[in-house]
Order: sequence, then C-alpha cells, then structure tokens
Amino acid sequence: MTADDAPAPPMAAAEPAEAGRAAADHDDSLPLTVIQPPRRWVPIDLGALWRYRELLYFLVWRDVKVRYKQTALGAAWAILQPFFTMVVFSVFFGRLARIPSDGAPYPVFSFTALVPWAFFANGLTQSANSIVANRDLITKVYFPRLAIPSATVLAGLVDFAIAFIVLLAMMAYYGITPTANVVWIVPLLLLALVTSLGVGLWLSAFNVRYRDVRHALPFIVQAWLFVTPIAYPSSLLSEPWRTLYGLNPMAGVVEGFRWALLGTDSAPPAMVMTSAAVAVVILVAGAFYFRSVEARFADVV
Amino acid sequence: MSSDPVAAIHARGIGKRYRVTTTRDLHNTLRDQLSSVARRAFFAVRRPLASRAERGERGDAIWALRDVSFDVAPGETVGIIGSNGAGKSTLLKVISQVTAPTVGRAEVRGRIGSLLEVGAGFHSELSGRENVFLNGAVLGMKRGEIVRKFDEIVDFAGVERFIDTAVKFYSSGMYLRLAFSVAVHLEPDILIVDEVLAVGDHDFQRRCLARMSDLSTDLGRTVLVVSHDMRAIQRLCTRCMLLERGRIAAIGRTEDVVGEYLARGSGFSVADAWVDLTAVRRRGSGEARFVEAHYAQGGDPSGPLVTDGPAEFLVRIDASRPLRVSSLAVSLAPPGSGPLLNLEMAALGRELDLVEGRNVVRVGLEQLHLRPGLYEVGFWLGDAAHRAVDHIEAGFRLEIAEHGSLRGPRVELEVDGVVSGRYSVELLEPGGQDGMEAAKPRREQA
Repeated sequence: MTADDAPAPPMAAAEPAEAGRAAADHDDSLPLTVIQPPRRWVPIDLGALWRYRELLYFLVWRDVKVRYKQTALGAAWAILQPFFTMVVFSVFFGRLARIPSDGAPYPVFSFTALVPWAFFANGLTQSANSIVANRDLITKVYFPRLAIPSATVLAGLVDFAIAFIVLLAMMAYYGITPTANVVWIVPLLLLALVTSLGVGLWLSAFNVRYRDVRHALPFIVQAWLFVTPIAYPSSLLSEPWRTLYGLNPMAGVVEGFRWALLGTDSAPPAMVMTSAAVAVVILVAGAFYFRSVEARFADVV
Repeated sequence: MSSDPVAAIHARGIGKRYRVTTTRDLHNTLRDQLSSVARRAFFAVRRPLASRAERGERGDAIWALRDVSFDVAPGETVGIIGSNGAGKSTLLKVISQVTAPTVGRAEVRGRIGSLLEVGAGFHSELSGRENVFLNGAVLGMKRGEIVRKFDEIVDFAGVERFIDTAVKFYSSGMYLRLAFSVAVHLEPDILIVDEVLAVGDHDFQRRCLARMSDLSTDLGRTVLVVSHDMRAIQRLCTRCMLLERGRIAAIGRTEDVVGEYLARGSGFSVADAWVDLTAVRRRGSGEARFVEAHYAQGGDPSGPLVTDGPAEFLVRIDASRPLRVSSLAVSLAPPGSGPLLNLEMAALGRELDLVEGRNVVRVGLEQLHLRPGLYEVGFWLGDAAHRAVDHIEAGFRLEIAEHGSLRGPRVELEVDGVVSGRYSVELLEPGGQDGMEAAKPRREQA
C-alpha cells in the first residue's frame, strides 16, 4: 500500500486561493532572514516585537487564562493578596506602631500603595522565572524572546484592574473622592510596568544561567517592599533625601498613586521624575543585556 | 547542490560549537543546564570511540555542526538523515533561528515555520480550541489564518467533540493528533520539520505525509525534514543530506544518499562478513564474550536476508575458562523496540560446553518471518542460573529485504504487520465441508 492509493485527505485539494498565494509567494518580495553568529552588541529590535504582536497577545492571554486555573478562589487572589497585607499593616503599623499616614486613613493609605506594589512584585517574580518556565517554547520555536517576560508583566494588568476596583470601593467607604489628578494613574502605572519589566528582564536572563535567581528572588522582593514607602510615608524624610529616595522607582510609583487618588501631598515632582529616569535606565539597560544574551538561551536554559 | 541565486535556503560554512565547561562549575548539575541538543552532541562525539587524544584535543567544546554548506531551491523538499547526534536537529534549530550558529552564514528567503516538536507551546490547562490558537500563534500563524483554518484543523485531528475540554484530559493520541493537525496546517514559505511524523496511528501518519507532500508539490512550499524513517524520507524528498558527526557526509539524490547511509552509518553490516563485536555496549559477567558475528542467507551467501528466506548466524565466543552455558540466543529487533524474534537455545533444551579460548556457534533459521526493514541483532549468553554471561542488546544492524521473486506493493509495517506467514485465501462453495476438502488451496505469499 502506498500513500498514492490512500484516500485523499480532506485538505488534499488545495483551495484556489491558496494556490494563488503560493504562486505569488515566489517572487522576490519574500522576506530575507540572515542567520549568523550573534554579535556582542545587539540593538533592540522593536520591529520584530511588533511583527510578533499577535504572539505577544496570545502569550498575555494564555498567562491570564492559566493564572487562576484550578484554584478554588480564582481571581479573588488578585484581591486577597494585597488586601490581607493591608490588614496586617493596618493592625501592626497603623494601630500599634502608629505610623503616620499623611492624613489619610491608614488602611486606604497602605492599600493604595499595595495595589501597584502587588502588580510590580508579581510581575517581577513571574517575569524573572518566565524564560526558564517557557524553556519548551524557547528551545523549539523562534520568536523575539522579549515577548515572554513582556507578556508576563502585561498579564498582571488584569490582576491590577481587579484590585483597583476594590481600592475604589474602599475609597468610597472612607468617603474619599478622587480629584482630576486621577488621570495620572495611567503614567504612574506605566512607570510601575517599566520598572517591573526592566528588573524582570535582568533577572530572567540571569536566571537562564544562574538558577540562584530563583532563591534570591523572594528575598529581593521582600527587601524591596520595606525600602518602598508602603507601610510608611516618604514624608518622614526631608529634602534632599526624599528626592534621592526616588532612586527606588517604586517610591515614585507608590507615592504618586497616593497623591493621584487620595490627594495627599506625597509626591514631590522631583522624586517622581527621579524614579521615572531610573526606571527607564533599568529598562533600556535590561533590554540591551537581554538581547545580548538571548541568542544563547536555547543552548543553556 | 543547486547554485540557484534565489535559493530558499543558502547556507555557507555553518558551524555550531557547544561549550560544556561554562556551566559545569555553576550550582546546577550539568544535566540540568545543557539542552538536550548539547547533550546529544556531546555524546555523539564521545560514544563512537573517540580516542582519548581526540577527546583531549576537543577539550570541552563540542562542534555539533561543522562547515555545513548547502542550498535548497524554492519548492524543494530536502531530507536530512544521519544517526543520533549527527547534528540534524541542531542544523534545523540553526536554520529556524532557535539557536545561533557559532560561525557561518545562512540566508533564508521567505517566512519560516519550524516544527521541531509537536505541541510546542501547548498548555495542558487550556482547552483544545484555546490551544489551537495559542499553538498556531507560536508557530507563526496569523490570527485570521487560524480562524479560517480552524474547522479544517479540528476536522483533520478528529477531536470535534472534545474541542472545549482542557487538553490535560485528552488521551495522548488525541493530544498528538490535535498538535499535529495545527502543525501540518502551517503554510509558511519554508517549513522545517524534525522527526514529528513518526507519531500517531498509521492512518493519521499517512494523512500527515500526504499533507506534507501537498505542501511542496501543490503549494510550492520549501520543506526541510529530519527523519529516521527512511520510507518517509524516500516518499517525501527529492534530495537528501547525510550528516555525520556534524559534517555533511553525502548530499544528492535521495536514493543515493539513503543507500549510502544504510551502507555506512549506524553500525549497519552486510551479509557474509564478520562483524567485530568487541567494542559494542554490553553487560554480563564476561567469563565468555561474543567477539565476532556473521550472518548470511542460505542460497546466495552475499545477498541480504529476505523475508521468508532462511538465515544463518555464526558467532565467535571467547571463553576465559571452560564453561557450560544453558542459554544462548540471537535476537532481531526493530531499532528502538523489543525483539520480535529470539532464537534461544534453551528453548530447544540444549546446553553447550564452551572450551577455553575460541568457540564458534551456528544458529540456523529455516524461515525468517519478518517483514523487510532494518533490524538490530542482539546476542545473549547465560549460565545455568540464567545470569548474563554476555549480553549485547544491539550488536549491529542488518537489512531484511523483500523476497526477490515477489515485487509486490511496498510493505507498510503498521498495516501489513511485522510478521509474515504462509497462508491461503480461497472462496468456499456454499456447501461448506465438501468445498473445503475438495478445493486445492492456492498458496499466496504475503
């Protein structure tokens, strides 16, 4: 028996459209791919990322879909995580230690910071592990590797949105009406995203070769939580220390959120600008580092 | 190969070196750190008896590919064959940009779709439908393309009823069929396929092969395919490339290259010649060892073994002391699977007294009921307690050819079975008994 006398499978008869496309494909307009040894200095290829935007979309969609599969509480985790941290903070820092909260009720004060923080911290943790977690994909298929940590961080936006709604409800409960400054939430969220992705790129690339990252990560996140003004206000510092505090990009994000939502006087422009500058440097440097090592991911991961 | 200036793939001097040390002193085990390719490449260099000096010279850098140059014309289907670790998969990875070459340059004209593993990117928690979209995107299909082909893909896989069930509940067959189906509906300009056609049931495999050949013949796509299945290679490919230890050993017409591969590669041995067994992998007490083997068919000693023909194996055994063996066997197994035939002396109720030094044992077989194909020959020697004295799972490979007088349709093991037999088919009279006795069976050989 040969393949020739086998019954023709359903798709054996090519649709005319396909045949036409095949013919059209054979002109010189086909994209040319040049394959050569990796160079040391590789520019960031945003064009490639754009061409693969559909894959990026599907990766984000997959991460969102899969994140709470087979959990009893599902997407409620996006709320519970920052919410219980807020409760603990309110009891210990707000009640017992009587830490000042820039005039806002302490629970709202801390929750406003915890929502962007959770977005940042989860994005960081998951993007740092993303390349290793997707090794099956990386060793088998080509696509711009940047898509993987990027998708992971972007998928966190869904959690952020859910937690943000709870934040709004809490503000309503405490009778806080946001001002027009609330539009600044968008650039501030972008700042958190840039920071999360920037650090995530560094760590994910490191993680490919040094699995130490996995062990260091919880510590990094925990330490970063305490050096960020979440449980306490940055107004405890005086200038110029407060501006320098902005070297921690999350300080700018968190205080910016409080300013935009609660109307506290917590975000001096100098501090936020410092944070933004640092975040951009981390991201750009991270992207270059990532690009320079990504060619070896498939061999090492 | 062709010197077409607008070749679909134009590769020159491609080399890929894997460093083995860079990862050794880190916290991870070597095994964790190296990708499977690096591992295969590593063993490929070491296993085939690389001399100590050769190993030392190579140090910790392994060239999985070396100086590979070739051209593929648009619309051509080119096969890549070679034994495990020859660099086939590495070459596909380089061409599909999964990994970068260490030296050399290749130009690829057209959209590349690579299928190095079935179901790459499948997520077990997602439904079949969701995975089709995800996998399609991973393989480079546009969303509109997937939407347009969705029904066709599901149809081809035959999983309509379960399309909204999470794939973790799929049987492995369903899972593979769906993954395959997405893959074979890829229509990139250049399709790169690694050994993925060898899975699934026979009917499905055949549809995949048909689909693959449609891609190149009807749609004019360029296909680069790696396979160990010489039948699939011969059916699909016009030209072939044989890789050996990272280098191109032969390139040209498929029949020629496949012939060359069978003749020289993978421990293949021809009839009527003594095959050295001293260096093959084995286990056992070693009190006696198989040192050489020889096989031939009855009639024409230099001809290959044929289905339904006789076979004779001679083995030379070196014993370190006089030894009584109660078990001695020669087995035939398709590569990568268990023996189909085990010629075991114990089953005949015989024992052998080996003398110190050289012994020659003959194992004769009246009729070899195995279908044409490549088989691995194994050897076993056991003492009275059935402990292994010497056990060689795969000593060498031999080919069983079709019976010379019968040039029937090509045999497909999955359909026609692996074992042949003598049988007859006849139409009986409605009367039953009378007809059965009266009819003289017309023998047919399959």
